Amino acid sequence: MASADLGGRQATAAPASPYAIELKGISKAFGSVQANKDINIAIPRGTIHGIIGENGAGKSTLMSILYGFYRADSGQILVNGAPVTIPDSQSAIRAGIGMVFQHFKLAQNFTVLENVILGAEDGPMLNSSLAKARKILADLSREYELDVDPDALIEDLSVGHQQRVEILKALYRQAEILILDEPTGVLTPDEADHLFRILRGLRDQGKTIVLITHKLREIMETTDNVSVMRRGTMVATVKTAETSPEALAELMVGRKVLLEVVKNPAKAGNVVLSVKDLAVKDEHGVLRLKGVSFDIRAGEILGIAGVAGNGQSELLEALGGIAPASGLVVLNGAELPLAGPQANGKARRNAGIAHVPEDRQSLGLIMDFAAWENVGFGYHDDPRYQKNAWLMDNDALRADTAAKMATYDVRPPIPTLAAKSFSGGNQQKIVVAREMDRNPDLLLIGQPTRGVDIGAIEFIHKQIIALRDAGKAVLLVSVELDEIMSLSDRVLVMFDGQIMGERLPAQTDERELGMMMAGMIAK
Amino acid sequence: MTKLPTWADVGLVPLISLTLAALVSAGVLLAIGQSPMQALTVMVNGALGSSYAWGYTLYYATSFIFTGLAVTVAFHAGLFNIGGEGQAQLGGLGVALVCLALPWPHWSIALVAAMFGAALFGAAWAAIPAYLQAKRGSHIVITTIMFNYIAAALMIYLLVNVLRPDGQMDPASANFPSGAHLPQFQEIPILQGLFQRFGADGQPRLNAEGLPLYQQVPANVTFFIAILACVLVWVMLWHTRLGYAIRAFGKSEKAAVYAGISPLRIIMIAMLISGALAGLMAINNVMGQAERLVQNSASGAGFIGIAVALMGRNHPLGIFLAAVLFGFLFQGGAALGLETDIPIELRTVVQGLVILFTGALDQMVRMLMGMFFAKKGAT
Amino acid sequence: MDFATFLQISDTALRFATPLLLACLAGLFSERAGIFDIGLEGKMLMAAMSAGAVAAVTGSVWLGLFAAILGSLLFAAVHGLASITFRGNQLIAGVALNFVASGITVLIAESMFGQGGRTPPLEGAARFANIELPLAETLRAIPILGPFYAEVISGHTILVYVALALVPISWWVLFRTRFGLRLRAVGENPASVDTAGVSVVRLRFSAVIIAGVLCGLAGAYMSTGLQAGFGREMTAGRGYIALAALIFAKWRPWQALWATLLFGFLQALALRPDVVESMTRLAIPVPFLDALPYILTVIVLAGFVGKAIPPRAGGEPYVKER
Repeated sequence: MASADLGGRQATAAPASPYAIELKGISKAFGSVQANKDINIAIPRGTIHGIIGENGAGKSTLMSILYGFYRADSGQILVNGAPVTIPDSQSAIRAGIGMVFQHFKLAQNFTVLENVILGAEDGPMLNSSLAKARKILADLSREYELDVDPDALIEDLSVGHQQRVEILKALYRQAEILILDEPTGVLTPDEADHLFRILRGLRDQGKTIVLITHKLREIMETTDNVSVMRRGTMVATVKTAETSPEALAELMVGRKVLLEVVKNPAKAGNVVLSVKDLAVKDEHGVLRLKGVSFDIRAGEILGIAGVAGNGQSELLEALGGIAPASGLVVLNGAELPLAGPQANGKARRNAGIAHVPEDRQSLGLIMDFAAWENVGFGYHDDPRYQKNAWLMDNDALRADTAAKMATYDVRPPIPTLAAKSFSGGNQQKIVVAREMDRNPDLLLIGQPTRGVDIGAIEFIHKQIIALRDAGKAVLLVSVELDEIMSLSDRVLVMFDGQIMGERLPAQTDERELGMMMAGMIAK
Repeated sequence: MTKLPTWADVGLVPLISLTLAALVSAGVLLAIGQSPMQALTVMVNGALGSSYAWGYTLYYATSFIFTGLAVTVAFHAGLFNIGGEGQAQLGGLGVALVCLALPWPHWSIALVAAMFGAALFGAAWAAIPAYLQAKRGSHIVITTIMFNYIAAALMIYLLVNVLRPDGQMDPASANFPSGAHLPQFQEIPILQGLFQRFGADGQPRLNAEGLPLYQQVPANVTFFIAILACVLVWVMLWHTRLGYAIRAFGKSEKAAVYAGISPLRIIMIAMLISGALAGLMAINNVMGQAERLVQNSASGAGFIGIAVALMGRNHPLGIFLAAVLFGFLFQGGAALGLETDIPIELRTVVQGLVILFTGALDQMVRMLMGMFFAKKGAT
Repeated sequence: MDFATFLQISDTALRFATPLLLACLAGLFSERAGIFDIGLEGKMLMAAMSAGAVAAVTGSVWLGLFAAILGSLLFAAVHGLASITFRGNQLIAGVALNFVASGITVLIAESMFGQGGRTPPLEGAARFANIELPLAETLRAIPILGPFYAEVISGHTILVYVALALVPISWWVLFRTRFGLRLRAVGENPASVDTAGVSVVRLRFSAVIIAGVLCGLAGAYMSTGLQAGFGREMTAGRGYIALAALIFAKWRPWQALWATLLFGFLQALALRPDVVESMTRLAIPVPFLDALPYILTVIVLAGFVGKAIPPRAGGEPYVKER
């Protein structure tokens, strides 16, 4: 049996402790920021243990310490009751710890097999390593429902399959403890279910799973125990069966949270944007958006649900003037050029479209620019910011920035501070302030609350609804189903570059939308 | 890592880099059996010790301001233009064609026309790599290097086969007409006094007509145009929409596209400005000094622009200071070659070391300083 | 062009291609590991001077070769320090080292020999001797292939054959060994290597050191094989042509051989404008032939001969991130 062979080393050492991992008094600071403060946690062997917390709560730092990416400033790590030091990843692997990162660590033009053996080869020659790995991989695949073609190139695999390769990598290294960081962010609900089946199977074989996530539902459905982190500290560890999503949310934030968004019924007006057969090809000529059609009316929020990478980004980019497209797009009765020099972000802004992009750090902001320069980003041609035909009026732009920072509660309200010095939530508020303050006819907004703390989420949601209530059209793209369900007046589900159907939030549920997101129900 | 205070990052890091480069150079001199102190004395005397000396220092500095600005404008657009050398040579061709075209009635008219020619030819030579980068994704570092070599071959061909007057042996153009002669420092009334020559008795030396004699220096009116260029580049980068777009594009191409900034437009404009600035250098050396076009006219100034831009932290004020520093180095290095056994190539070594320490080992310098500031903060 | 001329030019082409090939393979190892190396030129120059100087002083070409490798390694180490340890800009580091090399080689040669920055002419055991391959004269009788073997393949110095042998060896190392797998992975996605518990820094340094050794061979060939002594700027842009050949070859060993042979052939043709003129019936200026490799490279870079995709992590210093 392959599994006996794999687990051999761990099985022979009779465990002296019921805990796979114990952390005692772990602290870690980056400069003046205390990322982890006196963390204590004990994870029983053979369980699935959830770690939940807001962005920036210190979950990832803690796991990086466990995997040897960072060294703790103080504290002790015990594996199977024995104290260990983990100065690098090699030591973590030797201690039986495997990690599946949020962003996969795979060489794209290598085969699955090459990625699996990388760093764990048998000898200086590749051929024998590859042959041996092929056999073990076949056994592992069979045992844990982890089917992947060993000879496929990574760049040809779906993200779900790439994740399996990451799990296989850890198992091939005989990991007894498997840490997964936000593993479902890129998966369909169906793929996520498959993943959780695999994880339960691993647990039943005696492995210990640590699941880091910010999704309460996954914690409730999958874990045996859950630990909650808040601002660098471990605030509670409870049995999952003895808690509730509301209680966990309160622990995460430190106060009662309204999980529901309050809004009045929509008063939809005339059609603002009409899209027909919109299609986008990527740089390799592959069709990413395969002819979608829809209308958005004034005073309504149209939500686009879907797993990341199913054409939503291309939709935003085509409408925002970033990617050339084909089809017909009519805004307020006028047709927009979709390709050529007239199809650009500036022209769209002039036409009345504002765009809060999905990725604020690489698209929405210039991180090295000061806040005031970022407030002019995309609007640097605006007459309000010009002194004369030749020169820009930087003072006017700075004054405008100060005003916007006050209105949108950006902290700290210092216009000359570089964008990179603000927290994720405040960066997003700068983008939202810039785009919404233009009073656009149509707002494109992608992942409005990704990486944003809960306080800022509430604020940004309120702004979106206020814009709708002012009679503007909003196109909302989000991979968070909760957000889509609570904000949208109508929901479109995208899968594989196409629209699978339209639903009203009141008349559907997450299960149905999930099936559509996996491409399983057509109109 | 400790974050450095802004003043340290802007002012101290280049100075420390420079000190490191100087120390390594001193080590090299010791290794080949020369005295660094003697070398420094000769350099200071040769580059600053007399009006003659700094007339040369400022002449070189003028060229380096242009090539430094050229590198900087491209750098702000995220482009590393190593092609300043070739662009400056082509700029020289533009100057020569303009100057030789007419018997110019006055230098000021000739200057305006020659500036146009220099900028046009320099920009044209930068245009092809720029277009290939923008449209075909060809790495501009490699293409501009290739264009330096192609420019050198082209200039050899033109000077030997086309521009060389009949009966002349050396590969060079004819001498420019006297109407194209730019006033040098000793010919400019308000500066003239500084260059007056005195005899051993301390009395002014006079010519046959009883007029005072002046020390001839190559520094010329182009120096003031270079200062003007610094100001204009500063205004362009930080106070115009174009400058905003160039800097935004340089920081993030993806984000720039989101903002409606056209990559093709910015790459082309930034490189055309960069090439034009490099080309404008030829006003100084070809029109202001040699007064004819010779082979390898830029003599490395295009490359020194890289060091000047890095040392000057890509800011026109910094570039001005760095250009004067390199003018000192260049003229001082020449003095070394004349007065000592130290080969003139020492300045190439120093140039390379400055690029190394300011451009590639800057993190090391920051780390060293960070340790210093951390210690200071702790006590 | 008659057959004898063709053989003659081919023979020269192989000589010219050898330093290009060695430098190109150096670039291959470095860039496959994610370190762009614009400093091939400087390392070659340093090596050429070291070889010329040491061979002249000791009279032994082998000591010269050893010195060449040391000289090149010194520069490789600085490049590694700047671009790996201190995560500096790889391109700027390369440019800087080229300038340092250009100046310091003259400084050293001048202070040692006082001959205007040259090293004294080498002869006898201070140069690599040409090797007659077995059966060269016997096989000469075979039409076409015989003379080709005797005139073009046979009769070069050992470094030419070393360079040719390094092509399959490089292929085997890169694609058939554990080291090669890790080296390629570190140029594609260093995080994949780092999370597997293998040191990115050590791998990248090994690649840079291999590049240093190969540039050492290339430089030694310049001053002790191709020519008899070091002269200032003697590499004359060959490092950049090698870089161009690497792009031409799309970062593959066998293609690197063909690319450098092509560029070597062009350089050989530039020495024979008469042949070019008789073939094309045009008086092509010599400067144009000199510039042809650079022009061809621009055409290749412009993507008119297939798209060249460099290693994905090339040019980027590796910073750990979660």
